[in-house]
Amino acid sequence: MPVTTVMLVGVGGQGTILAGDVLAKVAAASGLDVKLSEVHGMSQRGGSVDTQVRFGDKVFSPVADPGDVDHLVAFEMIEAARALHFLKPQGRLVVNKRVIEPLPVLIGEYGATVGVEVILTFEEGGVMIEADELACEAGSPRSANIVLLGAMSVGLPFEADLWRDVIAKRVPPATVEGNLAAFEAGRAACATGACETEGECGA
Amino acid sequence: MDEKRLLSGNEALAIGAWEAGVAVGVGYPGTPSTEILENLAKMAGVRAEWAPNEKVALEVGAGVSLGGARALVTMKHVGLNVAADPLFTLAYTGVGAGLVLVVADDPGMHSSQNEQDTRNYAAFARVPLLEPSDSAEARELLMRAFELSERLDMPVIVRSTTRLAHSKSMVEPGARVERAVAAYDSRPAKYVMMPGNAKKRRVHLEKRLLAAREASEELAVRGLEMRDTSLGVITAGVPYQYVREAAPEASVLKLAMTFPLPEAAIRDFASKVDRLVVVEELDPYLKSNLRVMGIQFDDPGLPAIGELRPGHVAAAFGVPASQGREPMDDLPPRPPMLCPGCPHRGVFAALRKLDVAVMGDIGCYTLGALAPLKAMDATICMGASIGMAHGMELAGGAGVRPVVAVIGDSTFAHSGLTGLMEVTYNGGTTTTIILDNRITAMTGHQDNPFSGRTLMGMPAREIDIEAVVRALGIEHVRTVNPNLLKPTEKAIAEETARGEASVIIARAPCALLIRDHPDPFAVDEDACTKCGECVRLGCPAISRNKKAIAVIDTSLCVGCRQCVQVCKSGAIVRVGPSCDTPGVK
Repeated sequence: MPVTTVMLVGVGGQGTILAGDVLAKVAAASGLDVKLSEVHGMSQRGGSVDTQVRFGDKVFSPVADPGDVDHLVAFEMIEAARALHFLKPQGRLVVNKRVIEPLPVLIGEYGATVGVEVILTFEEGGVMIEADELACEAGSPRSANIVLLGAMSVGLPFEADLWRDVIAKRVPPATVEGNLAAFEAGRAACATGACETEGECGA
Repeated sequence: MDEKRLLSGNEALAIGAWEAGVAVGVGYPGTPSTEILENLAKMAGVRAEWAPNEKVALEVGAGVSLGGARALVTMKHVGLNVAADPLFTLAYTGVGAGLVLVVADDPGMHSSQNEQDTRNYAAFARVPLLEPSDSAEARELLMRAFELSERLDMPVIVRSTTRLAHSKSMVEPGARVERAVAAYDSRPAKYVMMPGNAKKRRVHLEKRLLAAREASEELAVRGLEMRDTSLGVITAGVPYQYVREAAPEASVLKLAMTFPLPEAAIRDFASKVDRLVVVEELDPYLKSNLRVMGIQFDDPGLPAIGELRPGHVAAAFGVPASQGREPMDDLPPRPPMLCPGCPHRGVFAALRKLDVAVMGDIGCYTLGALAPLKAMDATICMGASIGMAHGMELAGGAGVRPVVAVIGDSTFAHSGLTGLMEVTYNGGTTTTIILDNRITAMTGHQDNPFSGRTLMGMPAREIDIEAVVRALGIEHVRTVNPNLLKPTEKAIAEETARGEASVIIARAPCALLIRDHPDPFAVDEDACTKCGECVRLGCPAISRNKKAIAVIDTSLCVGCRQCVQVCKSGAIVRVGPSCDTPGVK
């Protein structure tokens, strides 16, 4: 299997690191070589964060360059736009339909971002997921990251049960049920929502 | 532990040390090195400690080694500046049991104030240095480092980088080899570095370096990968992965030890390939050495500033870049910021209001320099704030603006005490504000001498900051709660006007330490006068809507009350928790 690169982007504190870790463990449990790269430290304090997971028969670099990412999963729309140039022209884009305004916008140093949702939805054909609402409906408001994993999983060649096993082992015991419900909500949203019209799911 | 596991470089380094039978791990937290000791601390049969700073950590490691047990000392790159003093002379004395330093560089400065390249330190101090290229090799080379340290009678540095430390790849861990502690044998001629002894050890060091060079040649043989000889690449560390990705058919000499360099292996490799390219991150360390050796190579101009990316390497080999979209350039930046409810915010809001010149320090609170608080004039290195504030006073101050030093609790323990002694001893009048949030926060909540708990999770004697400060000769010491804005502002105004040295301890726990937050606040739209005072606090939970009315994101608000105190119209009111639309606008 050639190397597949998944990039998860968001805002520090949104759970991109855990989501990336789950994906990497699923790929490893499938017998593939895996590398994952993330950045800790200062950038986690509400700044832009990204995690890359690469898997295949043999992976060398832990990071990919702009234009080389197969799946871009954005936990926030401005970060989706910021990382869009990493995606291959035909890559799959999954986006949480949420904007978290950066501090420079909150304090009025920058104008609010307009038009990003339109670009992501219509120009880029993104799978738009209301992950925060779905997580809340699943009874687990802090599981938007797992909802997005569910939506992403539909486009990856791994069995759903494997995802469920890894999630159950990786999240805190008290939250397993909620997180599994969040995962199903993400998969269901992708099966019946935006991707039906785009025809990209399950590719 | 015999199955393959997906581990970060830092986890693998800890496992390597554990398998090598390390008795003690000691260091000071610093991104990207912190998780090495945090992982080691959970492993059986090892003692792990946070030291107040890297110099003390290396001295503890030296003592462990002298006492006959293997020691691991960890730090980030700038930490080695602090530990450089013992390091240079430990090269002369050599070691008892194995002494290994892991030093983590931060190319690209993801979480650092500079991007110094530790390979230069190895050459400068004459200490062997190993460079792993992934997690499996991190484990393996850490074990090898202990063996070399004992065989060569030298401390050994393992150089990590952010991309090694925080990348995960497959590792096959093994079992721990327990090691008996050697009986102590006093050898003053080897360890008492007064000139008479040091002169002999200086000569002996060169002999040990010759042995180290042989070890480097042995390791280089293992790193030789002959494929197509039209392109040959000399590289080390994570850049090796970029080389293999960009030019899978190229021949590669991967150097496990980059000080001392394996000159014979390099010459031999250079003679076998048509085009020789050197791929390295940060300083032209390998290139400079090859030039000194008189070896010709092709220099495609890889960047010597910032983190290397696979695309840089691909371009150097003439591989065309992937065609993607153009980056969007009109997006608002998203810098890191102080968290909602951060107690540092109260201090910086007061400093901004009073227009104080602030000599800052290293920690989360360095973010007080950013808009909208913009209340910091300088930040150089750990502990610099107090000395700099005193220096400003000697230069006549900052005009009409008072000058203060601002330093965190852990940073004060690290290297602030000596600065404060300088102020007292020389009759300075600096006001030092110690931001005591009860933890080393920026690196991810590590304990420190003022937090009352050890790295192993045991209760510790909590060192009393007030008592320390008084013992250092400061007579005017007061403690404030920085979440209470008026008293904090009053304390700063009074102490900076005093004309004598003083310390204000601003004490409130890091907002991320608090599990059960009070209910969030919301804005009463009818009462809001759109004055913007709350927005000027720079809290990520507070913004304005299209009508310029303040809005609080109740999913982010932790109920700290700071904004309530700046609101002149009483428009910010407590509301219950909500899960209807958490943070969705």
